[in-house]
Amino acid sequence: MTDTSTSVNNGVNVEALLGAREALTETPAAAAFKWRASCRWVNGTHSHSTVESFFGLGEEQNHRAVYSFDADHPEIFASEDNGATPVEMVLVGLASCLTAGIAAVAQHRSIQLNSVTATLEAGMDIQGILGIDSDVRNGFDGINVHYDIDADASEDEIKAVVAQSQKRSAVFDIVTNPTNVTVEVN
Amino acid sequence: MRTRCVIIGAGHSGLAMSQCLSECSVDHVVLERGEIANSWKHERWDSLKLLTPNWQSRLPGYRYSGDDPDGYMDMPELIGFIERYAEVISAPVRLNTRVTSVSNDGSGYHVATTQGTWQCESLVVASGACNKAQIPVIAEAAPASIEMITPMAYRNPEQLQQGGVMVVGASATGLQLAEEIHRSGRPVTLAVGEHVRLPRVYRGKDILWWMDALGILDERYDEIDDIVRGRNIPSPQLVGSAERDSLDLNRLPALGVKLRGRLAGFNDGKAQFSGSLRNVCALADLKMLRLLNTIDEWVSDNRIEAKPPQRYDDTEVEESPPLLMDLAKNNINTILWATGYSPDYSWLDIPLLDRKGKLRHHGGIVDSPGMYLMGATLLRRRKSSYIHGAVDDARDLSAHLVSYLNGKADTAEA
Repeated sequence: MTDTSTSVNNGVNVEALLGAREALTETPAAAAFKWRASCRWVNGTHSHSTVESFFGLGEEQNHRAVYSFDADHPEIFASEDNGATPVEMVLVGLASCLTAGIAAVAQHRSIQLNSVTATLEAGMDIQGILGIDSDVRNGFDGINVHYDIDADASEDEIKAVVAQSQKRSAVFDIVTNPTNVTVEVN
Repeated sequence: MRTRCVIIGAGHSGLAMSQCLSECSVDHVVLERGEIANSWKHERWDSLKLLTPNWQSRLPGYRYSGDDPDGYMDMPELIGFIERYAEVISAPVRLNTRVTSVSNDGSGYHVATTQGTWQCESLVVASGACNKAQIPVIAEAAPASIEMITPMAYRNPEQLQQGGVMVVGASATGLQLAEEIHRSGRPVTLAVGEHVRLPRVYRGKDILWWMDALGILDERYDEIDDIVRGRNIPSPQLVGSAERDSLDLNRLPALGVKLRGRLAGFNDGKAQFSGSLRNVCALADLKMLRLLNTIDEWVSDNRIEAKPPQRYDDTEVEESPPLLMDLAKNNINTILWATGYSPDYSWLDIPLLDRKGKLRHHGGIVDSPGMYLMGATLLRRRKSSYIHGAVDDARDLSAHLVSYLNGKADTAEA
């Protein structure tokens, strides 16, 4: 433990992260990860997804437990609302990725966080998914993320932590940049 | 032919090293593929001026002595400056001598050139940091009808066909060229990734004066938190103009330049831009503000006389910057890749490059006994990228080189 981690504790082991970064710079092959999810249709728009294994550091890895997620659509879409909509799950992914990044960056900069709350809102014109107007995209027309942060730092320092977390975020990159998607059957 | 040291390149870095070796009476030769200051002479655009003010232009035993200390040298002036230096120090330069191979035969270095071969105990690589334009792989997916150019080949806007131009990259190069191309009547769209914003003049003094005075330019490579990142930071958005204007992302849209996010790819004739524009601008604004705060604190701590503090408008980004642009529909027929430069070590036959093609070194001491690097970004200090950075770098590395020749140097860092 260093001086900074004894005085500031956001529950992030920065030394371990920096150590991993150093080790992976030496052995780039170990940095190649595969993330996985599987999804089983239940009924209607309801599906049940699980995540368990992933690949990284050169070998198969497992979460401590199997995590599962039910997705569905709300009742106004004539669905049963057995879970969050998939697009809400994207917002959850973005928020949790940025928030984890905020904790890590703040720890690295010796900033004690007292509370961090994100509120997200994304606009969507559903004429796109309903095929009413081909000029309207299916996805979000924009995402707004609002952070309320109480931390032992100036307003500009907090803003800089939030900006840096976007720069390092996987999900921020995934939603802001195009990604090739290949879908195969059987 | 035999000598104790071969210096590759007669630019400011190689000549600075030559002078330091001469001061120590080390027999050496400077091999130059073309002419003195060859890259500055043949591989830069017409309007380019140094980013550093004249008073800062100095080399070992030599400095700017003109009557415009606050001005910025254009290329003819800089070339004259370096040519006069070569003369003043009587550098042992062999012109038109291109190095074709460097190998290590155990007793020293074997340097093959277009004008014979040299055998030497030590070697200084001063062949430049900007030999090749870097073009991202996504360029391969650009529509075939688009003409592509890099700053290595670009001289002035008249070279380009009429019509719209997409400039990719928001460093000093990208912004300077975006502005002059747009002003030539070719509407520019600028793709903006991570960048460094700086005012040209702050509180009455050049921003580089402040960075020098505060010791920022002297920060050493081994004091910097993340040196790999540091060496990859794009050049600050500065231009050396008579007006000493700041060049930033608020000035260009006022002229009509369109700002878009980092170029992420091409698909179906459309350029795809990242949705991160707002964040990269916020990052640059915050970093600039941090520097200005540091300067202000230093001014009050040291009771320096300076004009009052200034603050600048945050970078304005339109509400929803478009993420797609159909190049044909927008009449864009040229792409200028201002996406950085890289050195050319194709002549090096010793496995000393890292996986990014950079020479492995610690503060200019290459991982091969008796070999040194000069003129790379953040080689030993932040100022290593600038002309005057060669002074301290050449002094440090020549001292190490001399003790190596005397058999005293250990392989540890200087």
